[in-house]
Amino acid sequence: MALFEATQLHKRFGDNVVLESISLSFEEGQLAGIMGPNGAGKTTCFNVLTGRYKPDRGTVRFAGEDITGLSPRRIACKGVSRSFQIMNLFDDDSALDNVLIALPSVRRQGYSMWRDLGRDSAAHDEAATILARVGLAGKEHAAADSLSYGERRALEIGVALAARPRLLFLDEPTAGLGSEGTARLAELIAELKRQLTIVIIEHDMNFLFRLADRISVIHWGQVIAQGHPDALRENPWVQRSNLGAAA
Amino acid sequence: MVFTVAVLASTPLWLSQVGLYQYLALEIMIWMMFALGHNLLLGHGGLPSFGHGAYFGVGAYAFGLLQQRADAGLLTGLLGAVIVTAFFGMLVGAFISHKRGIYYALLTIAFGQVFWFAAVKLHGLTGGEDGLLNIKRPVLSLGVADIDLRSNEAFFYFALALFALVLVALWRLIHSPFGRVLRAIKQNEMRAAFVGHNVWLHKWLAFALSASVAGLAGALFAMAQQSAYPNVMSLHNSGFVVMMVLIGGGLVSFWGPVIGALVFILTRDLLGAYTETWLLWYGLVFMLMVLFQPDGVAGAWQKGRARWARRKPTDPARAPAVKHTPREA
Repeated sequence: MALFEATQLHKRFGDNVVLESISLSFEEGQLAGIMGPNGAGKTTCFNVLTGRYKPDRGTVRFAGEDITGLSPRRIACKGVSRSFQIMNLFDDDSALDNVLIALPSVRRQGYSMWRDLGRDSAAHDEAATILARVGLAGKEHAAADSLSYGERRALEIGVALAARPRLLFLDEPTAGLGSEGTARLAELIAELKRQLTIVIIEHDMNFLFRLADRISVIHWGQVIAQGHPDALRENPWVQRSNLGAAA
Repeated sequence: MVFTVAVLASTPLWLSQVGLYQYLALEIMIWMMFALGHNLLLGHGGLPSFGHGAYFGVGAYAFGLLQQRADAGLLTGLLGAVIVTAFFGMLVGAFISHKRGIYYALLTIAFGQVFWFAAVKLHGLTGGEDGLLNIKRPVLSLGVADIDLRSNEAFFYFALALFALVLVALWRLIHSPFGRVLRAIKQNEMRAAFVGHNVWLHKWLAFALSASVAGLAGALFAMAQQSAYPNVMSLHNSGFVVMMVLIGGGLVSFWGPVIGALVFILTRDLLGAYTETWLLWYGLVFMLMVLFQPDGVAGAWQKGRARWARRKPTDPARAPAVKHTPREA
C-alpha cells in the first residue's frame, strides 16, 4: 500500500475549478515529482494535500489513515512536512531558532511556560545538525532575513526537515537558484531521498528527471500522465503540452 | 532584573528627597506590571490588544466587589480578582484568537468598550459613573504577624513583592518553549501551524495570561486608589498602556514596558505640574518616536550598544550578537 494516497480530489474557488479530479499516490522511500505548466494547479494540489485547503470532494490518506480536511497542524504532527515556494520563515529569528522551533521535541513541550528553552542543549544540538545537513553550518546565529537567497532556500528545507517528517513535500525548491545552487540542492535531495519519502513540485525538468523515481504531470487540474521519467519523455501528452521541449 | 527590583525597593529612601512622593512609585510599579502583561501580547505575540484597560478595570472592580459584597480578605480578594479577569480573558480570547492584525485590534477595542459600558450602566453592581468607593487596603496576615498596609510605604513593599513575582514569571515565560512558539507565531502564523504548533491555543492562552496580569495590576490599583471607577476601563487607559509599551520599546525588549511606564507616569506628573496640556506634548513626543525611533527607548539603547561594540575592533563578533538577542537591554 502506498504511504500517501489522494483519490479523486476536487477543489474549486468560486467558479474556478482548480483541481478537477486528481488522484496521486506516493510510495514509501520513493521520490515523486509533480510537474505541469504555470497555473496547472500544482501548488493548490500541495495545499490540499497538506491541509491548507479542504478539498470539496475526494480523500487523502497517509499511512493508512484518512487525513482529509485535517488542519495543517494535525497533518504536520502525523509526519507530513512541507517547504514553501514563496519563502516562509521566521525572519527575525536566527537560522538555528528557525529550525529549533520546528523540532518535535519543542513542539511536545510547547505549553511549558517555565523551562528555559535556551538551555536545552539536546534540542540545540539537534537543530545545529539539521542546519549542517542543509549546508548552513556556521550560519546558526545569523538572522533568517540576513541570509542570502540560496541560504534562505536551504533554511526553508531545514525547517521542513526539523519536524522529522516521514513524508516531505518540497514546493519548487530550485526557484530562483543559480546553476551552482541547483546542483548543490540536487546533492542534498539525493541524500535525503535515502531516508525519507519526498514529493517535489518543480519547473526545472533536468533537475526533476534526474532525481525522481516517478513523475506525475498535472494540467487543467488533472493528472494527464504519470510514470517513470524515461517513459514520460516519450509520452505524447507530455510532448504535446510543451513540457517535453524543456526536458 | 535585580537592578529594577533594587531600584524600586530603595525608592522610600530617596524619593521624598528629590521632591516626589511614595505613592508615585507605587503607581508607576502597578503600571509597569500592567504594561509588562500587555507586552506579552503586543511585543512577544504580535497581538495588538487595544482594549486592555478592560481587564485592568475588571480586576479593580472584582477586588472591590469581593471585598464589599463577600467580605474577602487581601489574598482571597487578589486571587479572586485574578480568577475573574482570567475568566473574562478566556471568554474574550475565545472570540478573537482566530484573528490577527487589524481585525484582532478592532475586536479587542470592541470588547473593551463592552466592559466599559457595562461598568457605567450596571449601577447596582458597579456603582455606575461614581464607581466603587471606600475600597480598603486589608491587613496582610502572615500567621505570625499582621502587617498593616494602610501606609503607602507598607503597601508599596507588598505590591513590590507581587511585582517581582510577575516579573520573574513573565521572564521565564518568554524564554520557555511556550514563549518561543508565541514569538514564532508573531513572525509567521502560517509556518508555525505547518510545523505543527497549535496557533489558536497559544494565542488564546497568551491573551488569558495577559488579561490575568492586567487583573492583578487592576486589583492593586483599586487598593492604591481605594476605589474603582469606569475611567480605568476607558479607551484612554487602554491607549496609555499601548503608548507605554511602544515608547519604552516593548517590541524589541522585555524591559520596554518597564521603561515606558516609568517615562509615562513621570511625564504625567512632572509635566502635568506645569501644564494642563501635558498629554498634548506627550502625544507629540510619541509621534516623533513612532516616526524616528519606532523601537522605543530600549531600541535606541540596543542600537547605541551595537554601534559601540562595532567601534571596538578587537571584538567584532559582538555587534550582531547584540542586535539579535532580545534579552539584552
